[in-house]
Amino acid sequence: MSTEFDVVVIGAGPGGYVAAIRASQLGLKTAIVERENLGGICLNWGCIPTKALLKSGEVYEQLSHLGGYGLSVEKASFDFGKIIERSRGVAKNMSGGIAFLMKKHKIEVIEGEAKLEKGAPAPKVVVALKAGGSRTVQAKNVILASGARAREIPAIGAVSDGDKIWTYRDALAPKSMPKSLVVIGSGAIGIEFASFYRALGAEVTVVEAIDRIMPVEDEEVSKAAQKAFEKRGIKFRVGAKVSKIEKTKDGVAVTVEAGGKIEQLTAEKCIVAVGIAPNNDGLEALGVSLDRGHVVTDKHCRTNVPGLYAIGDIAGAPWLAHKASHEGIHAAEAIAGYKTPNVHSPIPGCTYANPQVASVGYTEAGAKAAGIEVKAGRFPFRVNGKAVAAGETEGFVKTVFDAKTGALIGAHMIGHEVTEMIQGFVTAITLEATEEDLHGVVYAHPTMSEAMHEAALDAYGRVLHI
Amino acid sequence: MSIDILMPALSPTMEEGTLAKWHVKVGDTVKAGDVIAEIETDKATMEVEAVDEGVVEAILVEAGTENVKVNALIAKLTGEGDSPAPAPKVEAPKAAAAAPVPAAAPAPAVPAPAAPVAADGSRVLASPLARRLASAAGLDLKALKGTGPHGRVVKSDVEAAKSGAPAAKAAPASAPAAVAPTAAAPRQIQSLEQMGIPAGSYDLVPLDGMRKTIARRMTESFRDVPHFPLTIDLEIDALLAARAKINSLLEKQGVKVSVNDIVIKAAAVALKQVPEANASYTPEGIAMHHHADIAVAVAVDGGLITPIIRKAETKGLAQISAEMKDLAQRAKDKKLKPEEFQGGTFSISNLGMFGIKSFASIINEPQGAIMSVGAGEQRPVVKNGEIKVATVMTVTLTCDHRVVDGSVGAKFLAAFKPLIEEPLTLIV
Repeated sequence: MSTEFDVVVIGAGPGGYVAAIRASQLGLKTAIVERENLGGICLNWGCIPTKALLKSGEVYEQLSHLGGYGLSVEKASFDFGKIIERSRGVAKNMSGGIAFLMKKHKIEVIEGEAKLEKGAPAPKVVVALKAGGSRTVQAKNVILASGARAREIPAIGAVSDGDKIWTYRDALAPKSMPKSLVVIGSGAIGIEFASFYRALGAEVTVVEAIDRIMPVEDEEVSKAAQKAFEKRGIKFRVGAKVSKIEKTKDGVAVTVEAGGKIEQLTAEKCIVAVGIAPNNDGLEALGVSLDRGHVVTDKHCRTNVPGLYAIGDIAGAPWLAHKASHEGIHAAEAIAGYKTPNVHSPIPGCTYANPQVASVGYTEAGAKAAGIEVKAGRFPFRVNGKAVAAGETEGFVKTVFDAKTGALIGAHMIGHEVTEMIQGFVTAITLEATEEDLHGVVYAHPTMSEAMHEAALDAYGRVLHI
Repeated sequence: MSIDILMPALSPTMEEGTLAKWHVKVGDTVKAGDVIAEIETDKATMEVEAVDEGVVEAILVEAGTENVKVNALIAKLTGEGDSPAPAPKVEAPKAAAAAPVPAAAPAPAVPAPAAPVAADGSRVLASPLARRLASAAGLDLKALKGTGPHGRVVKSDVEAAKSGAPAAKAAPASAPAAVAPTAAAPRQIQSLEQMGIPAGSYDLVPLDGMRKTIARRMTESFRDVPHFPLTIDLEIDALLAARAKINSLLEKQGVKVSVNDIVIKAAAVALKQVPEANASYTPEGIAMHHHADIAVAVAVDGGLITPIIRKAETKGLAQISAEMKDLAQRAKDKKLKPEEFQGGTFSISNLGMFGIKSFASIINEPQGAIMSVGAGEQRPVVKNGEIKVATVMTVTLTCDHRVVDGSVGAKFLAAFKPLIEEPLTLIV
């Protein structure tokens, strides 16, 4: 069978479609297979539509603080249906943009569900076409970017029923505004939904199994975040294990065990946000080596199967769109013959709740556990001029340096729009900046980013404005 | 159009070598056949001739760089008809202006290495962290292969160089920073063949680490330290008698003191009496050592090593004797730890057992002096106008004139002499 394509990408999420564009840029004849929507979960059911919801929530929340700015509004109200409608519109708009990009780069989009079969020089891609029938494609290389879905735990009833028990997908487009919610899991997804629904007035309780919320974040950030969310009325149960989720006549009853005590939380809806499960159907049969469900890849994103590459969620943590895109570019370049290994650039993590949380690299405790001697610096927004003027004084910036080499190895932030600020430190770590470089950077005044300068100075006892 | 000049292979098996010397500099015009550089391997030194005509546009590997891989780019020529890169001409006056104030400013607490500038004025691409790590490890950025964007040297490149072969490592730090830096290019040695000794007429014993260290340290010391000898004769009949008595009295305790042990003790006591002789020259000032840490040369297979009796002035003869035996044995077994042979304040070398009458050792940097001890032998001596027989030992002190002047050396020997001739005074 002749090979029609140099590259076939499976999955058109932020990993897959970026890989396809890069492959096409490099002169490779490329196709992409997508079973649902171009843009994948990120554009359609994740990153983008949640940001639309959160913006509505944030603006609405602002309305109740207008007095502080010398403003007033007669009677603030919202139309839940329109908020959801806007979010869906944003997703649709962005997905349409991907279709344009595919066309522009002459990438053939094959709509349907792909299955891999043994083949040479790469696995054969058999697509059950959306339009009916099937099409078999033999390419020289296959990039698997099939992604992941919400993890469900049937043993405790943590399975979406589309009505009372939700995953992120249901929570993005509900029929009506819930009066009360139990959110299981305090990672980025759980916290964002908790923040959005609380902003619109729902009674929200977040249950976290670890002894602090947002467990991947620096402990100081976890603590500050819990305080900030509690101030807004979100309730937390930490170190709490969910043993049962039951549907009742009016909603759900979630049984929670914490410190030997059993408690039943009742609410109208429950959101299950306990991680993801990789979309790895049929891979084992093909002989692809997996590690806890995720495809094992080398520094060039290659799997153990000749001609098969894997990127993004299917290839392991962190399960973030930008990590998938980064790997996608890398896989395409590896196929084109680039020899540079994927030296893992630091991958930032962002949570778009109110307040926002952003981080990159080592937490202070993580660095110490890795045997690194640490110098940490902090700077609160409450003494930052721009933050005070904007009425956004919540939160702080924290830096973590390797005391021996002076390299910045971690940065952590909580506060207004810190997800936009973190990039400064991501760039610094990627370029291997040391404290000297960061101390010498000129920050525009007045900006909230000045807190980044101060936090870098503080790690070396040179903080200026405290 | 630039012409690349690559590191040549001097033999089919050569993988890397030392770029010993450049015979040209940036801006020089060369024609085919001109000797432009000298390359050294562990086996030979060879001249590199230009194959093409042109103007030297850039020298990319500095003279004295070790472990340069065969086929590595070492220089660039601007081919005929091209004008040489203007960079050096622009840069030159700047460098000259900066020259008169070398090292005037004290080094900052965290040294911030200036971006290394290649001979042609081009900047070496390296991340800030890579610069710092390379500087801390004594690695030359220019000699590292960068794997980052545009060949940028990044952290992992420095770490690879550190863990891998001693590629591009600067001079080992065995000589403390106190010594004036002597990182001049190694002296050019012609090959034996060039000097008329045909190949095949000798066997070549490869240089091991010890031989290389001895060669380097002795060359640097003899070349760079202004040294002079002071010689004195010592009568040691009383010392020999005392030694015999000590050894017979303490035989059961396993004590067997040697003449050298007594020399160590006497030298240590004399150094406490004349502390100016127990000193090291540094550009920042004279280091006056608190203790007499006496390094004693011990011959071992393939060279010598100098284990140290620490704080010898505080130790009794029995202890010095026991320590010396242990150190000498472990030196011969090559089991000494670095701290046991690095960092003495004064050295003693004794060739008396080989019948050597007198000799002058080379200063063991950064020490201020080294004492060479000859054989004790019966000689006629004139006493009160009569010729008598006495056992005499000749001792020569080689002094670093930057720190131990003639009068200081003489003062030390004047303190040393009665301690040897009347060993009872050592008890005091």
